[in-house]
Amino acid sequence: MIIETRGLRKQFGTTVAVSDLSLQVREGEVFGFLGPNGAGKTTAIKMLLALVEPTAGTGRVLGAPLGDRAARARIGFLPEHFRFHDTLTATELLRFHGRLYGLRGGSLDARIDRLLTRVDLVDAADRPLRGYSKGMLQRAGLAQALLNDPRLVFLDEPTSGLDPLGRLLVRGIIDELRAGGATVFLNSHLLGEVEATCDRVAFVKRGRLVEERRLAAPTAVVDLEVRVGPVTATTLDGLSRFGTDVVQPRPDLIALRVESDAAVPAIVSWLVQQGVSIHAVQPRRQSLEDVFLDVIGDDERPG
Amino acid sequence: MRDVITVAHLTLLEARRRRIVLAGAVCALAFLTVFSVAVVFAYREMARDGTISFIERQGTLTAIMLVGFMAANFLSVIFAILLPVDTLSGEIDSGVVQTLASKPIDRAQIVLGKWAGHLLLALSYLLLLAAGILLVIRVVAGLAPAGVPRALPLLMLEITLSLTVAVAGGARFSTVTNAITAVGFYGVAFIGGFVEQIGGLAGVGSMRTIGILVSLVSPADSMWRLAAHYMEPEILRSTGMLALGASVPSPLMVWWAIGFTALTLLYAIRAFRRRAL
Repeated sequence: MIIETRGLRKQFGTTVAVSDLSLQVREGEVFGFLGPNGAGKTTAIKMLLALVEPTAGTGRVLGAPLGDRAARARIGFLPEHFRFHDTLTATELLRFHGRLYGLRGGSLDARIDRLLTRVDLVDAADRPLRGYSKGMLQRAGLAQALLNDPRLVFLDEPTSGLDPLGRLLVRGIIDELRAGGATVFLNSHLLGEVEATCDRVAFVKRGRLVEERRLAAPTAVVDLEVRVGPVTATTLDGLSRFGTDVVQPRPDLIALRVESDAAVPAIVSWLVQQGVSIHAVQPRRQSLEDVFLDVIGDDERPG
Repeated sequence: MRDVITVAHLTLLEARRRRIVLAGAVCALAFLTVFSVAVVFAYREMARDGTISFIERQGTLTAIMLVGFMAANFLSVIFAILLPVDTLSGEIDSGVVQTLASKPIDRAQIVLGKWAGHLLLALSYLLLLAAGILLVIRVVAGLAPAGVPRALPLLMLEITLSLTVAVAGGARFSTVTNAITAVGFYGVAFIGGFVEQIGGLAGVGSMRTIGILVSLVSPADSMWRLAAHYMEPEILRSTGMLALGASVPSPLMVWWAIGFTALTLLYAIRAFRRRAL
């Protein structure tokens, strides 16, 4: 495990930001960390980076206790709302952070050039950060998070200030990190982004991990809609052997939830045997947004 | 150590880019201009007046020099307090420090780097003003005060102490709270010094004791008073013209100021290490 925590807790005065976080992240995966506002996601990341000291619990990152300096040398971090001294240029920003990683001379310069090209900031490299747009600043922050060729990268809302092209760029970088064997810990509210990039997600609610789920797995749950001719109550009952939540919202429509796409041929075949005429079969994979709403629940909705 | 230098370098670069160095240099130049004009006119007038003896004239010019040092010291203390007042608190509030502290460096190195960078600037400011005063007084009046080599390190210690208090406050408080606290800390010492002096002049022991106790709590101003005592020539001291010798701080106070500075710096490191970023 590249990250492992047990009962991590952070309390600020009487406010509990993270109540009991037990988490495991495997090496090489892109891990999505999801939850509503105020669920404790950023505080959890800060504890993993030793920016905030846990009130209780233990954790290991890259096999070392939280805050270990040698481990931090192999970690990259893009904070939410990345900001740095705005009188510096992007090149100076990267040179400064590179030095803190112990990098010097030609190798640092070459790495800076490569990263500025990768985040598409070459033309603005020698302009002060104060003249950057939010998206440019975010990309500069992303470059500093990758300076040390990290084994583990924490990205806290990396695409929040980016336009669609910028998001595509971040997605490409995450794919490259995964291909290079790095682990990415992604905290984002943009569920579409998470769905497109993450291998696995965890849901946090009120500072506690409530659900973990592998994304795009062949066994992922599918909601199936079947447009049919007349159906008897017995046939409807019989469908429960294939899945759950069998309902008939309209006389010509049956909906049920099955474990995977693989169940579809058997269902169609059985319905035909029962003399039911089938007009259409529409498998609908549960979106991450659906899962999010299921897991987090109505009580967390704003307002 | 390398990381301390890197952070100090960033601090200096920031100060230059934010035009702090320029503002400091312009203000120092303005101060020295006013001071040199005052010295030139005072010297010429006294030289023309046949009733003023050579010794009286040199005594008056030394007094002007000491007033100049007092003003330079006050400006330098304010500079040393305001310069780093938001360096930690501001970066904690803005989130800048998160990127910094997540790097493989000890938080102590961040504090020490910022402290060293700002200290270099504040001491340069003091030395620029001091060098200007000494140059003007030497060129215009031919004076070379004997006590300056003993006094300057004390003024540098006062600047170091004041700056360290402001850095430590930034590790604990918000920027505005820190500014109020750091200026208040110096203000208390300033008032304590007056109380001690007046107590010494009037022979009121309790006032002197109160002043000394205040100096123990906030030893910054006692460094100035000791430095001024060293710079005041014996002949001027005997006249009591500047009332600087009414109550001279003990040389032991220097050790207390050094210890106080070291303890405050340790507190700054400890507070910043424990601070949730």
